[in-house]
Amino acid sequence: MSGPLTNLDRPNSYIGRTVPRPDAKRLLQGRGQYVDDLQLPRMVHAAFVRSPHAHARVKEIDTTAATSLPGVVAIYTAKDFVDHVTPYVGVLTHLQGLRSAPQMPLATDVVRWQGEPVVMVVAHNRAIAEDACGLIEIDFEPLAEVCDAAAALKDDATIIHPEFDSNLAWERLVDSGDVEAIWDRDDVTVIERDFTFGRHTGVTLESRASLVEFNPADETLTYHYSGQAPHMMQAVLAKHLDLPEENVRLVARDVGGSFGIKIHTYGDDVATAIAARLLRRPVKFVADRMESFVSDIHARDHTVHGRIAVDSSGVIAAMEIDDLTGIGPFSMYPRTSAIECNQILNLTGAPYQIENYRARGRVVFQNKNMMCQYRAVGHPVAMAVADGLLEAAAHEINMDVVAIRRKNLIADTAYPATSAAGMKFDDLSHQRALEKLVSMMDYDGLRQSQEEARERGVYRGIGLVSMVEVTNPSPMFYGVGGASISAQDGATVRLDAAGALHVSSSITEQGQGTNTIIAQIAADRFGVDIDRVKVTTGDTATTPYGGGTWASRGAGIGGEAVLLAAQALRQQVLEIAGTILQAAPDSLDINNGQIVDVEGAATRMSLGELGRIVYYRGNELPNDMMPEMIATRHYRVTDFPFVFTNGAMAAHVEVDPETGFVKILDFWAVEDCGRVINPKLVDEQIRGGVIQGIGGALYEECLYSDDGQMLNASMADYLVPMAAEMPDIHIAHIETPTKTSTLGAKGAGEAGTGGAPAALMNAVNDALRPLDASIYQMPMTPQRILRVLGIGKD
Amino acid sequence: MNQRHSISMTVNGEAITMDVPVRMNLVDFLRNELGLTGSHVGCEHGVCGACTLKIDGEMVRGCLMLAVQADGCTITTIEGFADDPRSDRLQAAFERNNALQCGYCTPGMLASALDYIEAGGSTDRTAIRQHISGNYCRCTGYQSIVDAIAQTIEEGQKS
Ligand code: FES
Ligand code: FES
Repeated sequence: MSGPLTNLDRPNSYIGRTVPRPDAKRLLQGRGQYVDDLQLPRMVHAAFVRSPHAHARVKEIDTTAATSLPGVVAIYTAKDFVDHVTPYVGVLTHLQGLRSAPQMPLATDVVRWQGEPVVMVVAHNRAIAEDACGLIEIDFEPLAEVCDAAAALKDDATIIHPEFDSNLAWERLVDSGDVEAIWDRDDVTVIERDFTFGRHTGVTLESRASLVEFNPADETLTYHYSGQAPHMMQAVLAKHLDLPEENVRLVARDVGGSFGIKIHTYGDDVATAIAARLLRRPVKFVADRMESFVSDIHARDHTVHGRIAVDSSGVIAAMEIDDLTGIGPFSMYPRTSAIECNQILNLTGAPYQIENYRARGRVVFQNKNMMCQYRAVGHPVAMAVADGLLEAAAHEINMDVVAIRRKNLIADTAYPATSAAGMKFDDLSHQRALEKLVSMMDYDGLRQSQEEARERGVYRGIGLVSMVEVTNPSPMFYGVGGASISAQDGATVRLDAAGALHVSSSITEQGQGTNTIIAQIAADRFGVDIDRVKVTTGDTATTPYGGGTWASRGAGIGGEAVLLAAQALRQQVLEIAGTILQAAPDSLDINNGQIVDVEGAATRMSLGELGRIVYYRGNELPNDMMPEMIATRHYRVTDFPFVFTNGAMAAHVEVDPETGFVKILDFWAVEDCGRVINPKLVDEQIRGGVIQGIGGALYEECLYSDDGQMLNASMADYLVPMAAEMPDIHIAHIETPTKTSTLGAKGAGEAGTGGAPAALMNAVNDALRPLDASIYQMPMTPQRILRVLGIGKD
Repeated sequence: MNQRHSISMTVNGEAITMDVPVRMNLVDFLRNELGLTGSHVGCEHGVCGACTLKIDGEMVRGCLMLAVQADGCTITTIEGFADDPRSDRLQAAFERNNALQCGYCTPGMLASALDYIEAGGSTDRTAIRQHISGNYCRCTGYQSIVDAIAQTIEEGQKS
């Protein structure tokens, strides 16, 4: 390949450049195609009767009145599906000891959370289906519920799955070095804190939606999918509906946000596929907002006891955490609900040099909605615990919070390095990130203005976080544990007769700009204008096999496959051109859609002309030349289980001690995601992520009553970040490309959500410090802040 | 429940007469009966702003109104805005600033933004943020949307 990877002077140099998204115009004109926009002939609509109880036995279901309602096409309960789907269990073998019970799309005999689907109604339209749901009588016998995770582990707790001896789903211990030897040392200061992280959820603006068609003539099932991992879902549906995998096609067009919410196996979606097969006609299910709140996965819901020991110079001598999390009544299929806890154990304290680290994680069944992977899985908890403890310790020993980080961060020169929890790191830049942050935010100036504000009785706080982010996972994440989840991705790049490039890739687009970066990489590496690149993603029938978009892997893994494929095609084309032009292939180059001489850059022929010769006038080619004009390449990460990125963030807040309100004055983020392919898109991923992190830190919580009823299952009651309260966010980058790929890109999609809560919590506590108060519970609502200030109560 | 009613209205300049169920809300009518799927549905309870439309010059939530209530009205949806040159500059600014990711909030957001700009709204970021605070966006974090609106107003002042 001629020239370095990033050389913005080269023609068609798109890697590293902000180019607008080719999809944008279409979406701006209201011409998107989301699942609910599709209407198919003979299509019918599904609605579900969901459990009103957190735990109850289903004694009798009376569907008589509903069945006779005009417009009702079918009504299904669990027993109607028994012969049409096999149960699924959310376990992975590498999460040793993880257990869960078999799950069916509709509750069988017992309901285990409020919102669990029990009866499915299919009707001519959604309104009639909902009318029919209202006519269905279910006789429930309430059972004792267990909602609180700690209570679920008590000896006298109701056991949710009688086949198990307790409600414990999984437990993991990490023990590295010797923490016990540290706590009693008299030259260390020990700080302990109890952290609580409330449940929140994705609130994708487009709710979950499925439209499934079944063609009995050839036994094919086509699933119009609003999600992130088409090939995973293809495997799941084929397996449990007992169809050949090749007969199941997943097609994702536009997806209205996902963030991990839409990557799991939901009973109502599976039921929609079964109904389409049984009815032999298209069935559409679109969750309404109320049912989204009680059926989309929730996330977080952790209580963590944390302990840190620092010596008088601020060096971390030991860290210990004990994490308890409630995951709902089942482990979600197929990714399991143990991953968040596992990540917390892996990532707490990961930016720092820590010799002695101990961690316990316990994952517990309870009668609340299911909990699973959502943007930044585990990161907000791990970062808030470690950096919350670190800043508390700094204040205890009268050390500045930046100084204590300088003391403990793994040095930029120390890589490759392995953390106490066994994570392998390379190509990180914690120290540079921190220094860049400090200068970008004018840390010293800010401290001074904070002092001045305090003298005026204004309580401002500054909080930081140094963080890692898990990106570009290898097969060690899921595949190793037996899940049909691909860690590799593929790309096919094809040159057509008019000289345009067609790329199809197994990574997917939910608004991140996936299709744009695919086009950028292909155009850049091949040598055409980006307008001449057409990208296809999201369709299992036409894209190479691959994992899709999750765990910040799209650019790093899918992007590398595109790069390799584009380079391979370029080589092919140069060889064909060499034959046609009687020139050595390596004396030729491709620029702006033209074959040119490397020396002197004279134009020899256009790609269009080459295409016409190959496809129409093959007689002009030697008989032994059969050009392919298409190349496919696949890529997976091999050297590391994950490719980590790092970052540093800071929040500046003002807390009103009278009202408990937190105003975010400013927010800064420094991110090292390796090679930046499109700076604007990366910045916007970080911004959107930070705002989502602010949501979890200040506003968002799925509130439950003691008997397991979600109390705020509407957008009027569940608070999401809206524009008025949100700050502008300053962003800077460090680029340390990963050595694991040519492209050098790591992920960036989850950093903001992973880091922002920690920075905010530290900032709020910094503001509260003169008032002798602190808060370690998220969301940090005004009510909770007043409570730690000794005003008001729950 | 099954009552129907005949309604007539002008949608994006086109005269429409149709028989609709009385209980059908306006955004469902536009999407499912007229195929104008650019208006989105995010909550169906008036909070998210994804269904924002212009009716007789006023910004309205299409999910909080029945189709029969729009009888005799003039409605502009995103499809209508998109064809109106007055929104060209705003659309270009959204594109330039990447003020959309998944695009689901975008039709409602554009309608609110256009309303603000046409009412002579200022480039003050707080005022812009206040105005679009009835439109939820999960993806962008809003900053790029504020940038796009402010830039459109600045350009308008220059020209
Ligand atoms: S769908 Fe109308 S405001 Fe949300
Ligand atoms: S761009 Fe996705 S909700 Fe706004």
